[in-house]
Amino acid sequence: MSAPNKSYDPVEVEALKPEAIDRARDEALDAVAAAGDLEALREVKAAHAGDRSPLALANREIGALPPQAKAEAGKRVGQARGAVNKALKARQEELERERDERVLVEEAVDVTLPHDRRPAGARHPLTTLSERIEDVFVAMGYEVAEGPEVEAEWFNFDALNLDPDHPARTMQDTFFVQGPGGAEDSGVVLRTHTSPVQIRSLLERELPVYVICPGRVYRTDELDATHTPVFGQVELLAVDEGLTMADLKGTLDHMVSALFGEGLGTRLRPSYFPFTEPSAEMDMVCFVCRGTSVGDPEHPCRTCSSEGWIELGGCGMVNPRVLTACGVDPERYSGFAFGFGIERMLMFRHNVEDMRDMVEGDVRFTLPFGMEI
Amino acid sequence: MRAPLSWLREYVDLPASETGRDVAARLIAAGLEVETVERTGAGLKGPLVVGRVLAVEELSGFKKPIRYCQVDVGGANGTGEPQNLICGATNFAVGDKVVVVLPGAVLPGGFEISARKTYGHVSEGMICSERELGLGEDHGGILVLPPEHEAGTDAIELLELVDEVLDIAVTPDRGYCLSLRGLARETATAYGLPLRDPALLDVPPPTADGYPVRVADPLGCDRFTARTVSGLRPGARSPIWLQRRLQKAGMRPVSLPVDITNYVMLELGQPLHAYDRSRVQGTIGVRRAESGEKLITLDGVKRTLDAGDLVITDDRGPIGLAGVMGGADTEIADAAAGPDGATAAGTTDVVIEAAHFDPVSVARSARRHKLSSEASRRFERGVDPQAAAAAAQRTVDLLKLLAGGTADPGVTEITTPSGPRTVRMTADHPDRVAGVAYGRETVVRRLQQVGCDVYGNTAPSGTPGAPDELTVTVPSWRPDLTDPNDLAEEVARLEGYENLPATLPRPLPGRGLTERQRLHRRVGRALAGAGYVEAPSYPFVGAAAFDALGLEAGDPRRRTVQLVNPLSDEEPGLRTTLLPGLLASLRRNDGRGSHDLALFETGLVFLPTGTGDAAGRPPVTRRPTREELDALDAALPEQPRHVAVVLAGSRERAGWWGAGRPATWADAVEAARTVAAEAGVRLTVESAAHAPWHPGRCAALHVLLDGAPVPAGHAGELHPRVLKALGLPERTCAMELDLDLVERAGGEPVRAPHVSTFPVATQDVALVVDAAVPAAAVESALRAGAGELLESLRLFDVFTGEQLGAGRKSLAYALRFRAPDRTLKAEEASAARDAAVAEAVERTGAVLRGA
Repeated sequence: MSAPNKSYDPVEVEALKPEAIDRARDEALDAVAAAGDLEALREVKAAHAGDRSPLALANREIGALPPQAKAEAGKRVGQARGAVNKALKARQEELERERDERVLVEEAVDVTLPHDRRPAGARHPLTTLSERIEDVFVAMGYEVAEGPEVEAEWFNFDALNLDPDHPARTMQDTFFVQGPGGAEDSGVVLRTHTSPVQIRSLLERELPVYVICPGRVYRTDELDATHTPVFGQVELLAVDEGLTMADLKGTLDHMVSALFGEGLGTRLRPSYFPFTEPSAEMDMVCFVCRGTSVGDPEHPCRTCSSEGWIELGGCGMVNPRVLTACGVDPERYSGFAFGFGIERMLMFRHNVEDMRDMVEGDVRFTLPFGMEI
Repeated sequence: MRAPLSWLREYVDLPASETGRDVAARLIAAGLEVETVERTGAGLKGPLVVGRVLAVEELSGFKKPIRYCQVDVGGANGTGEPQNLICGATNFAVGDKVVVVLPGAVLPGGFEISARKTYGHVSEGMICSERELGLGEDHGGILVLPPEHEAGTDAIELLELVDEVLDIAVTPDRGYCLSLRGLARETATAYGLPLRDPALLDVPPPTADGYPVRVADPLGCDRFTARTVSGLRPGARSPIWLQRRLQKAGMRPVSLPVDITNYVMLELGQPLHAYDRSRVQGTIGVRRAESGEKLITLDGVKRTLDAGDLVITDDRGPIGLAGVMGGADTEIADAAAGPDGATAAGTTDVVIEAAHFDPVSVARSARRHKLSSEASRRFERGVDPQAAAAAAQRTVDLLKLLAGGTADPGVTEITTPSGPRTVRMTADHPDRVAGVAYGRETVVRRLQQVGCDVYGNTAPSGTPGAPDELTVTVPSWRPDLTDPNDLAEEVARLEGYENLPATLPRPLPGRGLTERQRLHRRVGRALAGAGYVEAPSYPFVGAAAFDALGLEAGDPRRRTVQLVNPLSDEEPGLRTTLLPGLLASLRRNDGRGSHDLALFETGLVFLPTGTGDAAGRPPVTRRPTREELDALDAALPEQPRHVAVVLAGSRERAGWWGAGRPATWADAVEAARTVAAEAGVRLTVESAAHAPWHPGRCAALHVLLDGAPVPAGHAGELHPRVLKALGLPERTCAMELDLDLVERAGGEPVRAPHVSTFPVATQDVALVVDAAVPAAAVESALRAGAGELLESLRLFDVFTGEQLGAGRKSLAYALRFRAPDRTLKAEEASAARDAAVAEAVERTGAVLRGA
């Protein structure tokens, strides 16, 4: 066996001459740089980095070299191909970026074009305001109670300490419902308040009872700017051991803060309702001027007519007679209740000027209120 | 109740600096609803004086009679010379006393007076009418004063022109505040000042020789005082101060005796009646009316009496409706020209009635005869029975003083004896009601201020365990104080509601909204999210609405719950469908220029069901029995909640993006599906002919309830005749569903599907069927035939055309198959598809297109 031929004279391979490799590399790099678009670059890539490109062909020749020359030639060719490929990649990215930018510019649209293809919908603000109030109390542990709108007089009046001759019963302008035979004295009415739901709650639920009663009620007023025969009310009833007027006051304060802003107080004024004793009217500090408009004619407040207070509704301690009518022991339990009209609250909370806007169903009125209030 | 501040001050020594607003604030805090504080004579500036007319020259040549007068104004004009005045009124004569406003004065309303030339003369001021002085509305002539006032006297003071009047809305429990006496009591308590009670008068004891009175109904009338006054000066007029107080209190001066009874009523709260004694025949009686008896009341109305009416009678019959209004027959007559031109003598002798009637009886009579009077308002709310005698005495005194009458010695007084009313409560009851530690001493003091007598526990003091109980005798003017809580309110209000602390109760943890309530909210949100605007409407309907909807005569929706007293006779019933109200809202919006409309409403409808029996009136002294409650509910109509939508115009608008899409029957059906989906319910849809819908474009909607389909509503396009009758836009569509039914059909919790990650195999089929075959039938056949591998199925095209033949349609479906556990082979998917098609062919006569 012979020893390796240390004195091997390398065959002269033209393509692997360093000058030739450098030239091929430089031509390739120049071509890459000169490629003006991705199509041209694809051609450059085929010509200078493809299988039949000078550097690829040179690479194939390496095998023909004597061993001691293979390494150097391989390194030279590899470096040249690497440089070309790197340049190709960089140019490719550069050209793609240019193309993308051009296309994105071409695809630009006028994003200020209005798009009202599908008309919007909305829920009525009286509905959503009622729900918002419900949510305040549900968060406190109250439950929402409902009842019929055509109601027995017993629930609407009698059980609420309004006997048939009570003077307060004539204050309520009641729609009376005919009996099936046309009888006028059917003992059935359109409920004049949601208080009958309080009675039903006391009769149906376990004590203690903490409920909020929203709903539609009816009085025989003609529709005008400030009256509607059909309107919404929210009433609250709490019956438990040891409830006091102070609890009523605290609950009202909480509601007003939750609905109108922190720190807004309430005021109770003595009043009269048959179903509560003691009874009170409740006012809240005006959430717009917070009372600053009082006695300041330079800065009048439209929301509270510069009174500083806004009337909310009526409230009081549940009359023990009402508890008795529901089978609740007034010696052991006491309760408080309040109620107010949703329309009025919507009017002052959202500057509604005319009651009719809330009842006519005009979409222009309702749409701005959206889904929540 | 209107209370002049000057009058209140007569009974309470209020500090001079207190204004009407100050007093109002105190009274509001004490529970009186002071609605306004009116300042009379605001801006008024003198000189305004009494003048005596010296000479009158009638000027002619003008369109109306004009007088040029010389009037003595004393020294008020600085010269003592007569004042030259032009006047357009003619109701006065030389010698009359009038009110003259002199140059430099300002009348109410900023009317500045100066000497000015008019009708050819210089008028140095003006002779005033009532209206110009802000006294009343009378502008017919100038105000002629009684002769006793000296020329030059300041008329501002004489006529009490400057005052403040508190207008108070008195709640039904505080009848005593329908009097100056009651308001003065509240004012005195609010200021901690003593009250001069105007009812504390020396009253002579009853005698046997008073005017004969017989009370046949002592329950209806527990007190009747009669006094007689004779020799009234005919034509005596009410003095200015009396007239002024009546005017400020909102009453019109009439004649002296009537003015006096009104004045005493305002002062003491006791309604009084004065009869012309010469016109009363025999004994005055109090009894129930006989049904059908007639009475002409003072307002000139002939009334047919009811057996429940309490009446005042004389020997002939009823002469008054007790506590409500007197009769015309015995009315006080003015000394004025009678109808025949002769001068009537006028009343000289009167019988004064001061009685106490049962509040319920008065309230019923007032309601029955639709006759609410000053008297009935007071009796209904409770009049102090103990003040009747004093009121009669006060009336007698004023008749003597002002009309020159003589009081007859006879005093009739008939009373039904009754003990004082007492309420027992523990001394700390007000503390426990209010949540404030008032303490026993405060409680007792406040109750005494109200007029109660308070007695302590009869048990020996300091007995361990003995409750500290108070026995409270309530004053005669407070019939409203019957329960411990009434007394607690008195203490709390006098201590000030503004001093109540604020605490929060701690309810048990709540369960949040019910499923039903959550569903109602979801439905609203889903419809609003789908572009519908909520439009709640009134529930009142009439036959015209049903006629317009084209409902048959026997349609159950025409049977409505009827109102006794509807706002409009055209709409006496309650809705059985939401559509009339919702369509009216649609039309209103359309008329106002909004044409692309989608509205919805959820609300109750009212279906006359129930037993037909009147709702009962169980006692309120105990809990009603289960049977009583069931009977109450049975008397009520069924009141299911419905949801409805109406649509018109474009569902999608045209715009730069392309064409729009009109709202169609399909949108209405989709709305129903949207609602049902919120309840987790799948609706089944069938075609139907049902008013008010287009018979070819109406879907009947069913839900499954206990395995059986139940009709739940309809959707589609409305009938063209309905659109015409209601003036609605073309192609208006509507949907209505019984939301309660939908709710009952749902409620199953969602079971999560198995999500297979194996690839899907899609197969499209086009089936040709008769045009009359519903797509729903084809779909359900495909589903049934496809088997378990079917993941979803969607109709993507409906085609009709000549190549199919007349009366045929092609339905193109995309079927997606997938197995839970493997990649389906092509032949498996094809086999499933073929099975689906075979089922459709079998059930609907479908032909596979292109096969």
